[in-house]
Amino acid sequence: MLVSRKQAPSLKRQLWVAFLVVPPIVFMSLFVVYPILSAFAYAFYDWQGLARGEFVGLKNFKEVLFGATMAPVVWNAFLHNVYALIALMIIQNGGGFLLAWLLYKEPFGFRFHRIAVFVPVVLSTIIVGFLWKLFLNPNFGIINQALYSLGLDSWAKPWLGDSSTALGALILANAWHFVGFPTLVYLAGMQRIPPEIIEAARLDGTNEWQLLKNIVWPLVAPSTTILFTLLFIGAFNWFEIPYVMVGLDGSPFGTTDVLGLVFYRTAFGNQSASIQNFGMGSALATLLFLFIVVFASMLTLWLRRREIQF
Amino acid sequence: MKLTRRILMGAAAGSLLLSGTVAMAQQTELTFWSWRQEDRAFYQDTIKKFQEKNPGITVKFETYAPENYQTILSTALAAGRGPDVIQVRAYGNLETIATPGYLLALDQQNVPELANFPEASLAAETLRADGKVYAVPFAMQAQLVVYNKKIFKDNGVNPPKTWDELMTLAQALKAKNITPFANGTATAWQNETIVGGLLSSMLGKEFEADIVSGKANFTDPRFVTALTKLKDVSQYFSPNFTGVDYPSSQQLFVAGRAAMFAGGSYEVANFKNQNPTLDLGVFPAPVAKTGDQHLIATYYDGGYAVNAKTEKKDAALKFVRYLATPEYGTAFTNTLKNLSPIKGIKIEDPITQEVAKLAENSMSYLMLVRFRYQEPSGSVLLQSNVQKMLAGQQTPEQAAAEINKGIATYYKPFQK
Repeated sequence: MLVSRKQAPSLKRQLWVAFLVVPPIVFMSLFVVYPILSAFAYAFYDWQGLARGEFVGLKNFKEVLFGATMAPVVWNAFLHNVYALIALMIIQNGGGFLLAWLLYKEPFGFRFHRIAVFVPVVLSTIIVGFLWKLFLNPNFGIINQALYSLGLDSWAKPWLGDSSTALGALILANAWHFVGFPTLVYLAGMQRIPPEIIEAARLDGTNEWQLLKNIVWPLVAPSTTILFTLLFIGAFNWFEIPYVMVGLDGSPFGTTDVLGLVFYRTAFGNQSASIQNFGMGSALATLLFLFIVVFASMLTLWLRRREIQF
Repeated sequence: MKLTRRILMGAAAGSLLLSGTVAMAQQTELTFWSWRQEDRAFYQDTIKKFQEKNPGITVKFETYAPENYQTILSTALAAGRGPDVIQVRAYGNLETIATPGYLLALDQQNVPELANFPEASLAAETLRADGKVYAVPFAMQAQLVVYNKKIFKDNGVNPPKTWDELMTLAQALKAKNITPFANGTATAWQNETIVGGLLSSMLGKEFEADIVSGKANFTDPRFVTALTKLKDVSQYFSPNFTGVDYPSSQQLFVAGRAAMFAGGSYEVANFKNQNPTLDLGVFPAPVAKTGDQHLIATYYDGGYAVNAKTEKKDAALKFVRYLATPEYGTAFTNTLKNLSPIKGIKIEDPITQEVAKLAENSMSYLMLVRFRYQEPSGSVLLQSNVQKMLAGQQTPEQAAAEINKGIATYYKPFQK
């Protein structure tokens, strides 16, 4: 009696759980798992446009990594991804950490700033890209106009057309767009730190730098784990901002090329290269996927180890 | 009472259904895909005219965004579906869908109107592997120089004939604080249109023939000299031109703040739409020395093809044949201000007339017409290396060598 009464709700509950879980699983397998697996399979075939040709084994992978035409493009783009990762780690995550610390101290108007800093994250990336493209326009963009009006004419540059500044400009636009996200995550992490720890440290006479370095930074480690891992994935999947601001070719002359753009051009072709190579595109996507999975897992494991329980 | 009403209604419905199926049997509905959303009104009008002449056939016009068109189309075709009539592109882009056998081969048996087309336009819609034509060409485009007649008149200058005249003219305009060329190089493909618009006469038809036969390659002095001249004239492009993208340069010209725009004949209609008060003219690329032939660089945009798997082949062919008539070509040219390649059309628009006349002396828009079949495509090589050269990061010699190196990886005549 008791048992059956216990089982009845559990069956109902199981059904309820199944009802909640099955649709997303079906959806995920259909639209995420299946495409990933099929892309993996596509990479082993020769393609005529979107018509599958014969099985070619690892030829596409070899071409992507070592081929005379593809490899230089791929490695060039890969280096730009690495560069973006490092720069964004410092500017976006580092900046987010400092902004969070400022907000944590609840300066005048912190409620307004807490929202303001997050607003760009909510904007569509397309809008942000176009906005920054206008800001950076060499002749009527506000950045150069501001420099001219300050008399800093020699600082004004054709930002997106100059190979020494174009990638940096994209990184800054991206950081402006997303800095609110690490800020919010770090702020939440800081608010989780028991206030007595910080008070005790202050009573012991630590200065601001020591407090940040020895107390706050180690105690927000869980936030760091999430943010670093997400940024790692984001930096290697980087596509929208470069696509909107410099186009599919990584203009000027490949100095802003990233793997996302290379993949798109290779698989789907672009205006100036009519060739659609689905096999090579899939091979590149598969390699990128494996790279991200392996390194993101390693990064997460390593970051998790430095987290402190409190 | 009730029963009779039901019977009556049933009979009425039945007869309606019956007449419906009879009408259905006579009506053939074709689907027609295109990426030209902006030309929808024109195509609807064309379809109306066609349907009046062919009462049994209706045509449904559907458009997709240009950047996704190729992907959507090839996906549909690969799945054995797709429209009955397809607007397709030309050259390498055509090959990606013609090679797998998705398109019906056209000849003078099934489309007699093909006789009305110039050779070069049919070549654009020919699969190199089997030498068969797969689409009825619809538009010729040219790269040349568009100029603002008012600015020229106000400053007492005429379209230049020689390169030296162009340099003098640009210098004179710049001295008066007018931007000579609206062009910028931040959008990669603009570099290719600039080369086509400004350098074709200096390169010459003979250069093209030598490239095709392999007698010369891209390290040829004619090509290097032309690139050097381009580097020279780039000082007269829009200020900070390396950071000026395509829309910004168009705006500069449309606003009447620049005198010339090196680019496509398709720009004219676009400029006029944005600023109807503009008085525009066109001139071909200047020659190196008096007596040389003036050339513009031409190519064909694409064509109308028939799906090889369509069950309505006869109707589809009828429609495509209609799209190959001088009547259609005339309407196309005069409505869209794009030059139809069909022989014997009547052109109303004076600038289109001018382009048609200039097209009598033309060379191919080289990289698109000949080198967009394999990776790395000649267009990508030209664009990025000219962009780099104009930014001052490599010499014309280095740019030429890089372009040549890329093409030589697959182009047999360069491998000797």
